Amino acid sequence: MTWRAATRGAHQPDNTAFTQQRLPAWQPLLSAGIALPLFFCTGLAFIGLGLGLYYTSNGIKELEYDYTGNPGTGNCSVCAAVGQGRAPPPSCSCAWYFSLPELFQGPVYLYYELSNFYQNNRRYSVSRDNEQLSGWPSALRNPANECAPYQRSATGLPIAPCGAIANSLFNDSFSLWHQRRPGGPYVEVPLDRTGIAWWTDYHVKFRNPPLVNGSLALAFQGTAPPPNWRRPVYELSPDPNNTGFINQDFVVWMRIAALPTFRKLYSRIRQGNYSAGLPRGSYFINITYNYPVRAFGGHKRIILSSISWMGGKNPFLGIAYLVVGSLCILTGFVMLVVFIRYQDQNDEDEDQE
Amino acid sequence: MQMASSSPSASECAGEEQRVGTRTVFIGNHPVSETEAYIAQHFCDNRIVSSKYTLWNFLPKNLFEQFRRIANFYFLIIFLVQVTVDTPTSPVTSGLPLFFVITVTAIKQGYEDWLRHRADNEVNKSTVYIIENAKRVRKESEKIKVGDVVEVHADETFPCDLILLSSGTSDGTCYVTTASLDGESNCKTHYAVRDTIALCTAEAINTLRAAIECEQPQPDLYKFVGRINIYSNSLEAVARSLGPENLLLKGATLKNTKKIYGVAVYTGMETKMALNYQGKSQKRSAVEKSINAFLIVYLFILLTKAAVCTTLKYVWQSNPYNDEPWYNQKTQKERETLKVLKMFTDFLSFMVLFNFIIPVSMYVTVEMQKFLGSFFISWDKDFYDEEINEGALVNTSDLNEELGQVDYVFTDKTGTLTENSMEFIECCIDGHKYKGVIEEVDGVPQTDGSLTYFDKADKNREELFLRALCLCHTVEVKTNDAVDGATQATDLTYVSSSPDEIALVKGAKKYGFTFLGTQNGYMRVENQRKETEEYELLHTLYFDSVRRRMSVIVKTQTGTHFLNLNFSPFLFVRQLIEAKMALQDREEKMEKVFDDIETNMNLIGATAVEDKLQDQAAETIEALHAAGLKVWVLTGDKMETAKSTCYACRLFQTSTELLELTTKTIEDSERKEDRLHELLIEYRKKLLHEFPKSTRSLKKAWTEHQEYGLIIDGSTLSLILNSSQDYSSNNYKSIFLQICMKCTAVLCCRMAPLQKAQIVRMVKNLKGSPITLSIGDGANDVSMILESHVGIGIKGKEGRHAARNSDYAVPKFKHLKKLLLAHGHLYYVRIAHLVQYFFYKNLCFILPQFLYQFFCGFSQQPLYDAAYLTMYNICFTSLPILAYSLLEQHINIDTLTSDPRLYMKITGNAMLQLGPFLYWTFLAAFEGTVFFFGTYFLFQTSSLEDNGKVNRTYGAIYFRISIYESSCVVSLQLALDTRFWTWINHFVIWGSLAFYVFFSFFWGGIIWPFLKQQRMYFVFAQMLSSVSTWLAIVFLIFISLFPEILLIVLKNVRRRSARNPNLELPMLLSYKHIDSGYT
Repeated sequence: MTWRAATRGAHQPDNTAFTQQRLPAWQPLLSAGIALPLFFCTGLAFIGLGLGLYYTSNGIKELEYDYTGNPGTGNCSVCAAVGQGRAPPPSCSCAWYFSLPELFQGPVYLYYELSNFYQNNRRYSVSRDNEQLSGWPSALRNPANECAPYQRSATGLPIAPCGAIANSLFNDSFSLWHQRRPGGPYVEVPLDRTGIAWWTDYHVKFRNPPLVNGSLALAFQGTAPPPNWRRPVYELSPDPNNTGFINQDFVVWMRIAALPTFRKLYSRIRQGNYSAGLPRGSYFINITYNYPVRAFGGHKRIILSSISWMGGKNPFLGIAYLVVGSLCILTGFVMLVVFIRYQDQNDEDEDQE
Repeated sequence: MQMASSSPSASECAGEEQRVGTRTVFIGNHPVSETEAYIAQHFCDNRIVSSKYTLWNFLPKNLFEQFRRIANFYFLIIFLVQVTVDTPTSPVTSGLPLFFVITVTAIKQGYEDWLRHRADNEVNKSTVYIIENAKRVRKESEKIKVGDVVEVHADETFPCDLILLSSGTSDGTCYVTTASLDGESNCKTHYAVRDTIALCTAEAINTLRAAIECEQPQPDLYKFVGRINIYSNSLEAVARSLGPENLLLKGATLKNTKKIYGVAVYTGMETKMALNYQGKSQKRSAVEKSINAFLIVYLFILLTKAAVCTTLKYVWQSNPYNDEPWYNQKTQKERETLKVLKMFTDFLSFMVLFNFIIPVSMYVTVEMQKFLGSFFISWDKDFYDEEINEGALVNTSDLNEELGQVDYVFTDKTGTLTENSMEFIECCIDGHKYKGVIEEVDGVPQTDGSLTYFDKADKNREELFLRALCLCHTVEVKTNDAVDGATQATDLTYVSSSPDEIALVKGAKKYGFTFLGTQNGYMRVENQRKETEEYELLHTLYFDSVRRRMSVIVKTQTGTHFLNLNFSPFLFVRQLIEAKMALQDREEKMEKVFDDIETNMNLIGATAVEDKLQDQAAETIEALHAAGLKVWVLTGDKMETAKSTCYACRLFQTSTELLELTTKTIEDSERKEDRLHELLIEYRKKLLHEFPKSTRSLKKAWTEHQEYGLIIDGSTLSLILNSSQDYSSNNYKSIFLQICMKCTAVLCCRMAPLQKAQIVRMVKNLKGSPITLSIGDGANDVSMILESHVGIGIKGKEGRHAARNSDYAVPKFKHLKKLLLAHGHLYYVRIAHLVQYFFYKNLCFILPQFLYQFFCGFSQQPLYDAAYLTMYNICFTSLPILAYSLLEQHINIDTLTSDPRLYMKITGNAMLQLGPFLYWTFLAAFEGTVFFFGTYFLFQTSSLEDNGKVNRTYGAIYFRISIYESSCVVSLQLALDTRFWTWINHFVIWGSLAFYVFFSFFWGGIIWPFLKQQRMYFVFAQMLSSVSTWLAIVFLIFISLFPEILLIVLKNVRRRSARNPNLELPMLLSYKHIDSGYT
């Protein structure tokens, strides 16, 4: 084509809507006539939604208690002081006493919250081996390099589960006790520790390695538990459906949090007399204090919360909707005024001519 | 068509021999004598290589070329950093888009190169016949060697540059058209050297022993100097000179001659045609410069961000429990790494993390937009001209948007403003005026009835004049059949490279003298008495723009009488001069001969030829004026004609005050320069008085002030520009430019082609570097077309030379209006928006990533999953903007063409200035911040779902919401800006959003075996099952778009009211009715 006379365009161009740039088109113009009603409508809708969200959020009850144990903040400070500087810290327990003046509407969820804990630190967040956690035997024996320095134990055995995330598994445990009548005995409230992880995580993503002779312990033979663990992974729970890599606490912990302050679900309260919620009365939560957080300036909290259709307590969303809804209506009014004034001006100008 | 990008390498051949002055070619590669040793000179073969690559070097060479682009190189560096240093995102994230970009470009270039290969092959493999050892051998064209004798038949193109040896005919002439070289479709006669004319068979040719000495290849098509030494039977060599009339150029076509023999002198890449196609410089548009500027700003932002994060990281880590808490121990190796090294790798990591701020896919999208967009120009049926059966031609797609940025229009006059189809109106012979048709002396009625001549000139003078008209031209006759004496006057079709010649010949025909054609060097004319006169054509002194006249020397049948006819064409008036001269020896310097011949001539009469203004030329000029463009007419014509044309096409209004800087105004004083100086100072004073403000307000000032037009001619211009010894010349120039800039219209007449380019260059280098556009149709406009930012060629009658060298070619001048006002405007708006949008969308995408570093201990944790980082630019957001940038019509095309003032809105690269750029940047910053902190606060509490499971895990919110918002918001942002929603826009915008959802389900629905981290597993499904997430997404999208919506509504309210105040724009006569509509 280079050496010959150009032949392009030698024929009459196609006369189609596309080639002539005359495709039928919708040409919206956001004029005041459309925009003003739009502003008012959105404003009203947002205010409506906002009110709904706000009241729902207000209806959700939440009780929380900081049991970090900084000196003079309750009986956990003893445990905190005992554990200071010793690794592994000795087992210690403390308790949080509270009373409910009225029924705490169920279903009630028990959370723990850690702050200043950087699960999202990159070095930390990559320190795991997903193949190992999916139960691949080869990965079980040869953990990924990302797990270092929690890849192999001092004796050279592969660590299962490897990595910093698994090693730092939250190991405080809680039990909830209820006193129905003042002076009466405390009855333990059953905590449902299952169903706290995502279905897909529990059923697909996390798998135990294939059993050897029907025993999970044998499957893990030749591996070492993470250095901070007191028990090997196959003894996390006596329930065979909740032990090993599919232990639900473990699964929940392994789904790392996005921000340095985070909550994780500990258990649900939905059994027996407590399915409708926590009846009024005195309670205490017995805390087995193991997890050191003061070393990095962190805090531990325990939270009891109910839930609604919109999830947990979250006043911000409702308020935000309210604010923006009002803003919309306000702007709508301002625009209306501006619009009318311009309109008048236009009319005057036309009169002058 | 793709000549701009092809730069065939002549270097293959160039290195082989020193470029000494001449080369020696042995005809048939026979040694000329036994005694002389035959030294084989090595010339390059006849292969044409316009392609850049071969199959083997395509990959390395193409990659090398592509990575010479700064943007590609930058991404390559990022990619290499990712491969070597431990970085947060996998190399795939930058590798894949880079690979995509490189592949797309490589495919495009490969395809273009394949086309070139195919075209080359077609030429190289075509069969030719070569005489070897008295036999006719069939060969492929590429096998021709210098010195080979080639046989060419009628209607074939010459395979290389040949010296004509013989041509079957007894006079050794052949006819050639060079339509594909310079567009001139008339037949040109080429001659063989007298001594070889007789060698008409293969055997005869084989006996020829001769050597040709000629100059080394050079690109000038019309220059050739050589000598042929013919050795016959050990006698002394006979030397004959060779000139361009002996040289048959590759690419030209043989016509009306059965076959010729020629010897190859230049082959392959050394042919004049190949040399001519090299080195067309690439023009870059203003938008591209803006892109580079923005790129630097963003690079700076990127570096700042990385530096800030690195610093903060080490500040934050100075606290030991932040640096290495018990739950997150470092490995031994990490502890031992040097701190400086760590800081450096951290810096690189941050750069990699934020590198998406520089939009990798922008270049591809811009290129695609330009390439696809340019089709709309060639498709436009408004540019279709039925006469030549062609539409517009786009030679480069790089300059589409530049059409919307033009400040100065330089236009040729003849053939551009005017039709260049001449009509003979009247003539004046010996002082007597003839109009219409002359009456036949012998009473034979003529075709055109009315005759109105007022009195008659002397009969002899009259006939002499008409004969002169009939003979002094280069017109050729095309007939349906061979006309042998038969006077089929009606069947005669005249063909010529110059339309005024045809007009003259036709004019003479009206008065009874019919030119019948040229046969064997005799020009045959039928006179008023129906007798055929024959004149032997001895020589033609062709028209050139320096002499401005042409002459023929003919011999009448009696043989005693030399008639030298000469005319000097001006547009409306032509002088015809007759002189009797003896022919001098031709060997002398041509110009001197011309001068000698053309002196001492008598005026025998004058003709008036009218050249009509082109259709709608005046309207177009007016529209361009109204659009704030300055139109300069550059013409080779003389002042009076040019001036009247300018009035006719309304470049000058009757109210325009003309400032003249011509030889006329200057020559009456003693010292030209003093007078010039005086005039310049005077004019400047006048203009400065009128326009006290700066040039910025010039456009507005037009309405209120007197309009000025400037007329300058070539000699005065060179006086201003070229009096370089004088230190005051700079001063002259600046004063002159000041005057020019204040004038609404400038007319430069008597311009040589180079002076046209000089003027364009001068204006181009003005302060603020205005964008120039040149439009012309002839070969003399090529220099200015190449010089200006945008060159437009008119597919006119003077050949295709201009169209071939232009960036865009249109059939008529009037098409310029739509090309600039509609296409240019739209392209500019589209691409400007495209560029701004690309920077905007990537900033708004990457800003949350930056903010997130404050919440993850500056650990380079990416907020987005690798797949999304990669797909964001390629799939989620690229198509809507591409569709927008191809289809958007923020103002209707009809409105754009009918209201030229809209063009002013975008002059001076208005949409890519700092203001709009900052606006987009702040918009992006605002939206990015809203995404990040919006999600941060809205999802503060643990659970979002009604089953109480904690959802705010890493991966869940931040990726999801931010990315969904960003792709939603940037799409919707575009939706807000789109004024022209075709189904394609709907399809791609909503399609992209839907694709995002599908992709997320797909990506999160499977455990991908090749990924180390399965962070995204089912996250999306979990997210969307929560009502709050939906509410939050809707809320955040609304918040992000709120300011833009507000702004648009306000703008619309203001626009309604803005119609009232009178627009302070230039008012031109024919636009009065539009103005009245507004007031």
